Amino acid sequence: MQTPTYLAAELRLPTNWLDYTILGIYFVVVLGIGFAARRSVKTSLDFFLSGRSLPAWVTGLAFIAANLGATEILGMAANSAQYGVYTTHWYWIGAIPAMVFLGLVMMPFYYGSKVRSVPEFLLLRFDKAAHLLSSILFAAAAILIAGVNLYALAIVVEALLGWPQWVAIVVAGFFVLAYITLGGLSSAIYNEVLQFFVILAALIPITVLGLKSVGGWDGLSDSLTASRGDNFMTAWGGTGIGSDNPLGANWLTIVLGLGFVLSFGYWTTNFAEVQRALSAKNLSAAQRTPLIAAFPKIFIVFLVMIPGLVAAVMVPQIGTGDSDLQYNDAIPYLMQQLLPNGVLGIAVTGLLAAFMAGMAANVSSFNTVFTADIWQKYVVKHREDEYYVRFGRLITAIGVLASIGTAFLASSFSNIMSYLQTLFSFFNVPMFVVFIIGMFWKRASMKSGFWGLIAGTTAAMVNYFVIYKQGIIDIPSDQGANFVSAIAGFVAGAVVMVAVSLFTAPKPAEELEGLVYGTRSPGMAEPPAEGDDAWYRKPALLGWGAVILAAACYIPFSF
Amino acid sequence: MSDHYSERDLQREITELETKSATAARLFDIRRIIGGLFVLYGVIVTIAGFAASDADIDKAEGVNINLWTGLGMLVLGLLFLLWLKLRPTAPPPPDVLPDEREDSGTG
Repeated sequence: MQTPTYLAAELRLPTNWLDYTILGIYFVVVLGIGFAARRSVKTSLDFFLSGRSLPAWVTGLAFIAANLGATEILGMAANSAQYGVYTTHWYWIGAIPAMVFLGLVMMPFYYGSKVRSVPEFLLLRFDKAAHLLSSILFAAAAILIAGVNLYALAIVVEALLGWPQWVAIVVAGFFVLAYITLGGLSSAIYNEVLQFFVILAALIPITVLGLKSVGGWDGLSDSLTASRGDNFMTAWGGTGIGSDNPLGANWLTIVLGLGFVLSFGYWTTNFAEVQRALSAKNLSAAQRTPLIAAFPKIFIVFLVMIPGLVAAVMVPQIGTGDSDLQYNDAIPYLMQQLLPNGVLGIAVTGLLAAFMAGMAANVSSFNTVFTADIWQKYVVKHREDEYYVRFGRLITAIGVLASIGTAFLASSFSNIMSYLQTLFSFFNVPMFVVFIIGMFWKRASMKSGFWGLIAGTTAAMVNYFVIYKQGIIDIPSDQGANFVSAIAGFVAGAVVMVAVSLFTAPKPAEELEGLVYGTRSPGMAEPPAEGDDAWYRKPALLGWGAVILAAACYIPFSF
Repeated sequence: MSDHYSERDLQREITELETKSATAARLFDIRRIIGGLFVLYGVIVTIAGFAASDADIDKAEGVNINLWTGLGMLVLGLLFLLWLKLRPTAPPPPDVLPDEREDSGTG
């Protein structure tokens, strides 16, 4: 495994006063949103869930932007430079079906039950043990991932300004802290919507100019096929079971591990995402949140994959010992090579904005879970609402400080995305298996949730750290091992849940109303708001449209 | 099961908080911010495009990328402002702004 080195001085961006003006304006606006949103925070529901009052297009764009952090952008470009067009799997099979499932099937239970967080749903469906365990696991994961975002920012700022990484990490951490403590989730979501458009304005010019510099799509395709082999530019080539490909995964582990277990775990039970939908103003808006997000998600892959592929043409030795450039440097390298001052400032701003949104999503979900699920339920109960708003602000500060610590952990992995996927397979997959069984099987007992979580997390970790890292089974890459760990965690969790359920008491049927498939809660009965019956706002149409579009996108890359 | 926590408790707690929530009434409209920022960025980057040197254009593969990006951002910003003008924020119902002094939570 490579260890990341400090970026070579040759990657320093030629920024000037114009770029800094653009960046400075953005920082002023971000803080302004924080101050302006502060007056809307009156209750804990305002601070943690925007009072459940935002329109669907805002929560939908925030849903996608919370995922489009700097780690996603740098990491998926890195994946593309390393593995080629296989990157599309993370989007078309790895995101869309899960997002549609969340919107169409799961959201009525989440939103209708009025839970404030994903762990709170487990409290209603199972028991306190499952609730506390999942709250703690989530809080720990959120801090770790916020740290990964900070580390990614440090790479960018070091390239841009030449600051040492630790200075960038500390300064940026305090900046995110300011706007979340001021405006709570509203501030985080509004900044995410803004960031979504800025990052598009940054990535589109990089992609267009990058393609032009290597002779268009045909030129890109020809030179990579010549240098990396026939399968590099296909989605499914070389993924037969037993055949060899750089991803180290076959079609079965891609479909089951990535497409089913990992993605459903991430998109449907990761509270940093689900929280955006829970802040929507009604059930219809909550259902449409992930569906509206699905359409940009289908096409964003081109804006991160193409720069990664272009970098692999321009620097054929990227990521190997023969080049100073790491895979993660693909996008900063293209910015330096292609962008003049002005657009360069937009691109730098976009990356910093993406980092802040990615980190803020984790911090704002962390403070909600820590306050509403851990503190309010087990430590200091039954205090007045104002107390929990104050505590939420305090724990935001503590969370940011803790993620500064985890940023230094992240610096020991070469491919940020592998690190992130590894974490997800340990934390999200067991959550997903407990959810899916709890939501669809009435008999799943109160105790089975806790033991399913324990078994799934243990199995994923044992597979990764013992079976893969000790070389007991030979899997060629970290990503391939992640897929297998995810499947192992899912199967272990499911088997243990079923076994425990058969020997312990089920939850009384009247306590399962609105929590299990086939039952309804009072929250689901609300009539659709005015205008929500328009055909283009029908969740089923939006959802199936996204699935069909994603499947159609595979066609040109499959033959 | 002394302090049992059921869905009914939660429904009551959240419904009560929703009636006191101030977000719907007091949160500003994000379209104004997106529109304003993109118009400003669009103008700045478009001007940079008009003032582009030959070196800038050569670097960007012969494309005046500042001009095109700037115009694109300007159009996006104007579209958001237009949308805001055509469909303004609905004014909050008068009963949504209760008195500042209300009793303190669940107790």
